[in-house]
Amino acid sequence: MINKEQPLLMNQSKKGRKAISLPKVGVPESKLPDSKFLRKDIKLPEVAQLDLIRYFTNLSSLNYSIDTNFYPLGSCTMKYNPKINEHISGINGFASSHPNQLDENIQGNLEIMHDLQNELGEITGLPAVSLAPLAGAQGEYAGLLIAREYHLQNKQENRNIALIPDSAHGTNPASASMAGLEAVTIKTTKEGDIDLEDLKANVNENVSVLMLTLPSTLGLFEPNILEITKIIHDNGGLVYADGANLNALLGITKFGELGVDICHSNLHKTFSTPHGGGGPGSGPVMVAKFLEKYLPYPHIKKDGKKYIQYKPEFSVGRLNGFYGSFGILVRAYAYIRSLGAEGLREISENAIINANYIQERLKNHYELTSSRRCMHETVLSASKQKEDGVKAIDIAKKLLDEGFHAPTMYFPLIVEEALMIEPTESESKETIDKFISSMIKISELSKTNPKEITNAPINLPVERLDEAQAARNPVLAWEKQ
Amino acid sequence: MKNSPYIPSTDSDQKEMLETIGAKTFKDLLNDVPVKKLFPSLDLKEALSEQELVEFFELMANNNFASKAVSSYMGGGAYNHYIPSTVKSMIQRGEFLTSYTPYQPEASQGTLQVGFEFQSMIAQLFDMEVCNAGMYDGPTALAEAALMACRIKRNNTIVIHNSISDKSLEVIKAYSKWQNITMISYDDIIHENDSSEYGCLLVQSPNQYGEIEDVEKLANEIHAKNGLIVQHTYPISLGLLKPPGQLNVDIATAEGQPLGVPVSFGGPFIGLLTCKKEFIRQLPGRIIGQTVDKNNKISYALTLQTREQHIRRESATSNICTSTQLIGLMVAVYLATMGPNGIKSIAETCYHRAHYFAAELDKMDNFRLLSNNFFNEFIVETKMDITKVNNILSKNNIEGGLDVSDKDSKKIMFAVTELNTPEIISKTIQILGENID
Repeated sequence: MINKEQPLLMNQSKKGRKAISLPKVGVPESKLPDSKFLRKDIKLPEVAQLDLIRYFTNLSSLNYSIDTNFYPLGSCTMKYNPKINEHISGINGFASSHPNQLDENIQGNLEIMHDLQNELGEITGLPAVSLAPLAGAQGEYAGLLIAREYHLQNKQENRNIALIPDSAHGTNPASASMAGLEAVTIKTTKEGDIDLEDLKANVNENVSVLMLTLPSTLGLFEPNILEITKIIHDNGGLVYADGANLNALLGITKFGELGVDICHSNLHKTFSTPHGGGGPGSGPVMVAKFLEKYLPYPHIKKDGKKYIQYKPEFSVGRLNGFYGSFGILVRAYAYIRSLGAEGLREISENAIINANYIQERLKNHYELTSSRRCMHETVLSASKQKEDGVKAIDIAKKLLDEGFHAPTMYFPLIVEEALMIEPTESESKETIDKFISSMIKISELSKTNPKEITNAPINLPVERLDEAQAARNPVLAWEKQ
Repeated sequence: MKNSPYIPSTDSDQKEMLETIGAKTFKDLLNDVPVKKLFPSLDLKEALSEQELVEFFELMANNNFASKAVSSYMGGGAYNHYIPSTVKSMIQRGEFLTSYTPYQPEASQGTLQVGFEFQSMIAQLFDMEVCNAGMYDGPTALAEAALMACRIKRNNTIVIHNSISDKSLEVIKAYSKWQNITMISYDDIIHENDSSEYGCLLVQSPNQYGEIEDVEKLANEIHAKNGLIVQHTYPISLGLLKPPGQLNVDIATAEGQPLGVPVSFGGPFIGLLTCKKEFIRQLPGRIIGQTVDKNNKISYALTLQTREQHIRRESATSNICTSTQLIGLMVAVYLATMGPNGIKSIAETCYHRAHYFAAELDKMDNFRLLSNNFFNEFIVETKMDITKVNNILSKNNIEGGLDVSDKDSKKIMFAVTELNTPEIISKTIQILGENID
């Protein structure tokens, strides 16, 4: 069944079929607008309800997902998405609450948002929190807007540089560019730590902010963090931590105590909300108290017994239509409330142990980027296998055949043939051991029969794609008739 | 014993793994973290069992008026429409819900083919050539479209028509603040002696108060000044009204929420972004394309990725990464469920019920209809306090309209959809009639 081709809806369509019955107009009809405003026809498929359900259900079976497969996908924290959180976010009083209601009619929503702000503030040690950003990249942008506004209010408009390590995620420089900042690249060591000499050489009176990923994208904790934040602060700049992935830090350490001023975190990573095949996400931004007045609006606070929304004094503005990704916020808050402080600390403890276990067991089979203990993820290199003609992408595809999603590949950019592995706390030792066995098998196969790896995948609905053709001659919709 | 059902490792698993690693305790793995910053206190609310969790959140939900509302006239950017069972059923499939962004196309053909269907059906609904895989929400889609138009025209002046909603305008400001963008009002610039050129004109139709604008005329005006026209629209209205592609529009955006997505206090929603094919290299966000695998089998993949942040970094067309693929699934299932006749029927029902309700209100002494050529949202003027009007309705478990009063008069905007049944509309008129001062 899995290999059966699923014809597109337009090719299944037959005039006269329908998938739903609809109510009648039920009131006297009014005059329609002038014909120059009216539409003649719409080309949408006509399918019966069963055919529609079967089509989408069969399509779903072509996917790997957390519910069906292990995703050792570094930097993405593909952990279990608890079913109860789906149920809770769908409660009618949430799902049907309209965002244009007055505060007195939405006290339940505002209380949840207020309490989630507090919990995220406590977890990161950065107590002023905005839940508005709709994904990590928007959280980054919000954080940079806050830095810019802060310097502006302090009459330091000249500060227009963002220092960004060469190991950073691509959204960092892209967000910096949106915020009108010049991205200046800071070198990192072979192990992905900030090169302190290069940092000192680039710090000057025009630096607005340092964007630091912590743990680094190599999965290592920056050992010089206190010195780094001091260098930036002594120079009048702010420190931004990309905490998209917080899975190593829950109850382990707090950004706010390390000298970080601003961070964001992706609720669709650490806080278990489903990735949805690429969103919706949510990327709250957390800042030190002195930056609270710059937060995006609407921001929620408690006023006596009532929860109210307000616009902070020097707010950087409105980032989206309403309050952020509320349905995602509810799920994340449910996750935090189901774990509490001790449960959250256990999450990070297990995530870190699992990653180190994989690193230890694979270190004789793949090149390690560092001999140090890793945090929640480990970055291996397929440089040894490359000598036998097997690249990181081939290993990734072979893993798909073995029933595992691929690790993150070719990132961070500073590691040759990178394979970035993050098991999360969700996986049992048995699953992790199976994954390790597959990785070892693939490494051995690269010496004996590399073709078997470079031909992979062969067990999936499709084999390797011609992605160059897709870009050269883009077909992005059914051809318009 | 662990505290969480979400952690499978037992104490003995942990011990075994630590032994393999060669560490005595977990703490030995944390040598790089400054010792005095390790294991801070965490003052969080106490953990709840699954049952307590549900009880707690149900209590919270009951503190919202929505938990008891039987009908709603609230619009202004988010709309209550009926959500078909097909949508509710498909959204629950874990294979969609818990999958990752389809960077590994061989293991993601489900998500990718749904995305291709989404792009195709939105392109058809708008009658535009190309659609991306979805933006965060309507206002951010409009903001990114405006910036896109400025890049295409290499002209950083955005002309704002007064049809654009206040909230969208605020988002555009936040998105363009550091981009050297100039924003000017349409009323200030488009006149015969004006020889300047502009990046784009933004227009919303139906506009922020529900009125249908003459988009084609505006398109011709801005084209004469070498700018692009960006139309923001209400997607359900396209079941009845001429789509952007037939109005000479270059880029069209919308809030996709009305197409099968709950209002959910404003999110998660989906921004729809469509354009002419010649502009695809400047499109932000993800795009799914059709290709073949090495056996020549039709398949789908993310494409044109060189526009995106993970390749182009600071020169990307946007910083957007994770967007709204799952909401795109809801929209795709919704449109497939409705089909051409369903979407037309829903649009007509919204239109006729809104016009009927508006006309009935206009007949009452206390209300005067101000709107004329509207789709399903309209404004009435009244001498009564708007809060009072809404209170009268909420006592009957009906969610009233949006207060759009200005300094000159008290005004309320009602949105009517297929969920406002003829019975509810009659009841509303009756209640308002009985409670006149």
